[in-house]
Amino acid sequence: MMHWVSLPVILPAMLAATMILVARYDETVQRTFSVAGTVALLAVALGLFRGASDGTVTIYQLGDWQAPFGIVLVADRLSTLMVLLTAVLALFVLMHAIGTGWDRRGRHFHALFQFQLMGIMGAFLTGDVFNLFVFFEVLLIASYGLMIHGGGARRTKAGVQYVLFNLLGSTLFLFALGAIYAETGTLNMADLAERVAQIDPGNSAGIRTAAVLLLIVFAVKAAIAPVHFWLPASYSEAPGPVAALFAIMTKVGAYAIIRVYTLIFPPELEITRGLLDLWLMPLALVGLVVGMVGVLGARRLDRLVAFSVIGSMGMLTVAVSLFTEEGITAALYYVVHSTLATAALFLVVDLVQTHRGNIRGELRAAQPIPATGIVAALFFAAAIAMTGLPPLSGFVGKLLILDAAWDGPLAVWAWAVILGTSLIAVVGFSRAGSVVFWKAHEARAAADDDPATEMDNVDSTLDLVGGRGQPALALVSIGGLIALLALHTVFAGPVMRTLSATSAQLFAPQPYISTVLETEGKEIVKGHSDEGDDGGDAASAAEGETGEGESQ
Amino acid sequence: MELLVASAIGVLTAAGIYLVLRLRTFPVIVGTAMLTYAVNVFLFTSGRLVVGAPPILTDDATRYTDPLPQALVLTAIVISFGMTAVVVVIALGAYLGNDDDRVDDSAGRLDAARKGEGRQ
Repeated sequence: MMHWVSLPVILPAMLAATMILVARYDETVQRTFSVAGTVALLAVALGLFRGASDGTVTIYQLGDWQAPFGIVLVADRLSTLMVLLTAVLALFVLMHAIGTGWDRRGRHFHALFQFQLMGIMGAFLTGDVFNLFVFFEVLLIASYGLMIHGGGARRTKAGVQYVLFNLLGSTLFLFALGAIYAETGTLNMADLAERVAQIDPGNSAGIRTAAVLLLIVFAVKAAIAPVHFWLPASYSEAPGPVAALFAIMTKVGAYAIIRVYTLIFPPELEITRGLLDLWLMPLALVGLVVGMVGVLGARRLDRLVAFSVIGSMGMLTVAVSLFTEEGITAALYYVVHSTLATAALFLVVDLVQTHRGNIRGELRAAQPIPATGIVAALFFAAAIAMTGLPPLSGFVGKLLILDAAWDGPLAVWAWAVILGTSLIAVVGFSRAGSVVFWKAHEARAAADDDPATEMDNVDSTLDLVGGRGQPALALVSIGGLIALLALHTVFAGPVMRTLSATSAQLFAPQPYISTVLETEGKEIVKGHSDEGDDGGDAASAAEGETGEGESQ
Repeated sequence: MELLVASAIGVLTAAGIYLVLRLRTFPVIVGTAMLTYAVNVFLFTSGRLVVGAPPILTDDATRYTDPLPQALVLTAIVISFGMTAVVVVIALGAYLGNDDDRVDDSAGRLDAARKGEGRQ
């Protein structure tokens, strides 16, 4: 069981490397490898999820070094849930990419895709904050490649902004990690949880700074206002399937916030009190407003969906920022929902844009796209889910968040903003949908009279996607995502039981900490090993702290 | 020495942030490079400044320097080096594709600037 924990990281890594080395010119082999690998990943993720579902925490010690000296991968309820979600999403996105032929429009799509999965899985599983940084970089560097996949001037320009913004985020992450190490002498999450709790509140300026820096870094990843500006351009210019995969990337930021601020800096911790609860909720509400107003104001379909991502991340952060068991449970339900809904929307928008020629996603009437009925139905289903209308899971998620926010601070504000922005989002989405899908028939009638406008819609990409029909595989993948949303609603009861157990595990971290720190690794030969140094680190850091205390 | 290292980190960070705010590809890339230098030195100091001591702890050692930040810095250097290479390539692609090296979306302002140049 122990070694299985490392598989979600190792499998995509090996697969990607093999694809580059062995099958770089053979697309069929690449597709086969990629699909087989993702299916295997899904199976492993299911196994891990099952293994953790009774509350056991499984760890994998890299190189068999005992924590906190070695790096550990930890599979508890939360991380296995996220791993499973990623694997499910990846399979549907991959189906879409293959169905629409996106993977053939540039090179190394599948290898980058697998590297991206490796980074995401690693970020969810790791139990070490520096290792979290490394996996962030892995997933980012793969995402840079995926983001500009297929090329184009506008896309590369958006890519530059995306890369630079994340580069700055990574630098900030390193500053935060340096500050944490300087203050505590460790980077293992479980060890940090113990040591941060022992820090003298009178001498906590350094660790408080680190806690806030870390929050800013995660907020950048999660696109929480006011550091969300990178998202609309990047997500709307990225290829459709890539944007759909990126739906999980903002959740990596949310996951990191949940993990770090329940385990290392839990809400009851004296020294960080007032740092998060004061600011995070108002910022989340601002993000929610910005996102949903953006939905209303967007002039292009892809930007509209990108803004709805900001809105849904704001909604998610409202639930997270309560830092109560109910809040986190609601947040987790919403994480699953919004990942699937966002991905479905991006995939639908991709189908629409490919067939509208030069008009692409612009919100104006144009000739109907092929299979417009099915695509429109899928769009409206996904939009209903995203805006949180019944009967799909967005509604349940929103109810849970409202319910959790009721006892929290700013309850009135939270209710007012959540309900108000929902209405704005409904208006924005229905306007967009009616222009793109219903006005299309009027546009066709007009075009029949005036053949000159016909030219506007002809585009060479049509040949790439196989003429006038919609690729069945792409429709199946979107339908599958929406079916999952429906299942997420129908089985909300059992899902909620699992998620509240997950949340309870987060707020009772002692088993996690003791499993990580007390599992023995290989025997350390005294006086001749790297281990001794690390033991000494703690001592030297502790000395340093007392030294600082004196100087202050 | 503390003052020297601390001011070096400060100056590098300030210069880096200033250059990043220039919003043109070349200064921004140099600025991010400066910031990564600053963070590398900062990581190095997180294990406390010790001069002339080995990064190895033996049973009879009286002085040693913390080896872990050195490993962290090494990782950070490798990653930032790779990232800088990636951003240079993508930025070159964007520059050649758009004929414009601005980082921000300022199409409107750019047009205005071009008109201004035309008048001169």
